[in-house]
Amino acid sequence: MRAARRWALISAACLAGLALAALALNSVRAAPLTADLSDHLIKITTGFTGTDVLLFGATDGPGDVIVVVRGPAARTAVRRKHRVAGIWVNRSQVVFSDAPSFYAVAASRPLEELMGTQALKRHQLGPWGIKLTAEEEDDDGLRIAYQAALNRIRSAEKLYQLESKKVRFLGEQLFRVDITFPSNVPTGIYTVQVFLVRDGDVVTAQTTPLKIEKHGFDYEVFEFAHTHSALYGLFAIALALAAGWLASVVFRRS
Amino acid sequence: MQIYLPIAEMSVDVFLLLGLGGMVGFLSGLFGVGGGFLMTPLLIFIGIPPAVAVATEANQIVASSVSGVIAHWRRQNVDVKMGLVLLAGGIFGSVIGIQLFAYLRGIGQIDLVISMSYVAFLGIIGSLMLAEAGRALLRRKGGAAQARRRQRRWIHGLPIKMRFRKSKLYISAIAPFVIGAVVGVLAAIMGVGGGFIMVPAMIYILGMPTSVVVGTSLFQIIFVTATVTFLQSVQNQTVDVVLAMLLLAGGVIGAQFGSRASTYLRGEQLRGLLAIMVLAVCGKLVWDLVTTPEDLFSVATLGAGS
Repeated sequence: MRAARRWALISAACLAGLALAALALNSVRAAPLTADLSDHLIKITTGFTGTDVLLFGATDGPGDVIVVVRGPAARTAVRRKHRVAGIWVNRSQVVFSDAPSFYAVAASRPLEELMGTQALKRHQLGPWGIKLTAEEEDDDGLRIAYQAALNRIRSAEKLYQLESKKVRFLGEQLFRVDITFPSNVPTGIYTVQVFLVRDGDVVTAQTTPLKIEKHGFDYEVFEFAHTHSALYGLFAIALALAAGWLASVVFRRS
Repeated sequence: MQIYLPIAEMSVDVFLLLGLGGMVGFLSGLFGVGGGFLMTPLLIFIGIPPAVAVATEANQIVASSVSGVIAHWRRQNVDVKMGLVLLAGGIFGSVIGIQLFAYLRGIGQIDLVISMSYVAFLGIIGSLMLAEAGRALLRRKGGAAQARRRQRRWIHGLPIKMRFRKSKLYISAIAPFVIGAVVGVLAAIMGVGGGFIMVPAMIYILGMPTSVVVGTSLFQIIFVTATVTFLQSVQNQTVDVVLAMLLLAGGVIGAQFGSRASTYLRGEQLRGLLAIMVLAVCGKLVWDLVTTPEDLFSVATLGAGS
């Protein structure tokens, strides 16, 4: 962690100043790929409306970069409404045991230009990065339709970002990209993978963790409600009783 | 100004919530109704998850009923014994309701059941109120009709009779227990106090005098909605105290203006207006159920991945 932080400082400086950039590049040259985030912790507070995190790094020579950000996996139900007696009702569902709650891809060039489909599949990049396991494997065609719906809905909420965002190179070796997290981003431990691609294949890869958590008052309330739910219930009742009593006192005279 | 609601897990405009609270509070002050049956659908319309809307509204009703019951208590308009029997039924009903709620939520049908329950109840209540207001407007010249104290015959056939001194009744405890239980189920599933069901039931089925009906129903509502708040917190973690407090702040102020305005405005026309509003909310819910949704698919996160 301490080493990572030092890297963050060094790398941040390399973007800021030219003199320091030369120094940083010298020390980078040993590894083919070095990358880090401007922030390893995103705090969701009361006014949270989404945020950008800067990923930056350097390569030891020409090449392309692919960045994959993955949120924690969750059991996820995709439900479909059917018309029953004139009313639209959830009638069928497919449960995926391991759907990523967040998934974003960025690359310095369109993925299909960088690698063949086989290589993309092998390294689980782009759309092949979302691996979904249905809990009841009965109808393959059905499962594909539900999977497409999941991709579509999550993409609309900006939780899945498959339209690869552009990783920009500054010169030949320094690169950067802003990763966008919307306001409804789920909490948990994320992984950020950076791939260095040369001649249609992955040369090397690096993984960095990113933590997203609720913070401050909202976090306290949420934690309280989930870890001490009985106490929270009593607290909610006490608060309501006090507020109701207060209201009757305040407005009694007027 | 946006505020992030910790349990609903979404950002909402503070002034929208205060405004909603104020508007529904004004109506409840004006008509002497609880307002839960308007607030919960409105919360769902602005995008609050139905499960959170229902549980949070129960919490808010605790607060708004307290100030009401204090006023009635001072005037000794609460039949405590009757209230306790209703309450026993209410707790029984809310425990069942919460189990049903958790089950329906698990199979993905809770939103549908909430909407359908509202359509049924708002439709019935709205039509009855509209008819009542129409009749009242027609017979205004004839002077106020005496509120009749009716009692169904079959009530007397039931066992376990109890004496309710304040209500001047000697009836079976089963009837109020069942009424309380029905209201408890409604409180758990719909996030309403249930006064709009209980008050007519107390007058027409039990035959209670109108003077103690409102105070006694409020007395029961406080404890039943408190029970629902507690059970929802424990079982579903869907009570959002931040949301409840914002609605309450608007509601308390709105109710004061509403009750003051009610002394200047004429009852029947207002009741007709309320009926039309109730029917409009009902119509919107029906519309959402029958029109083809923009997206037939929906996604729900069930828990941590394997």
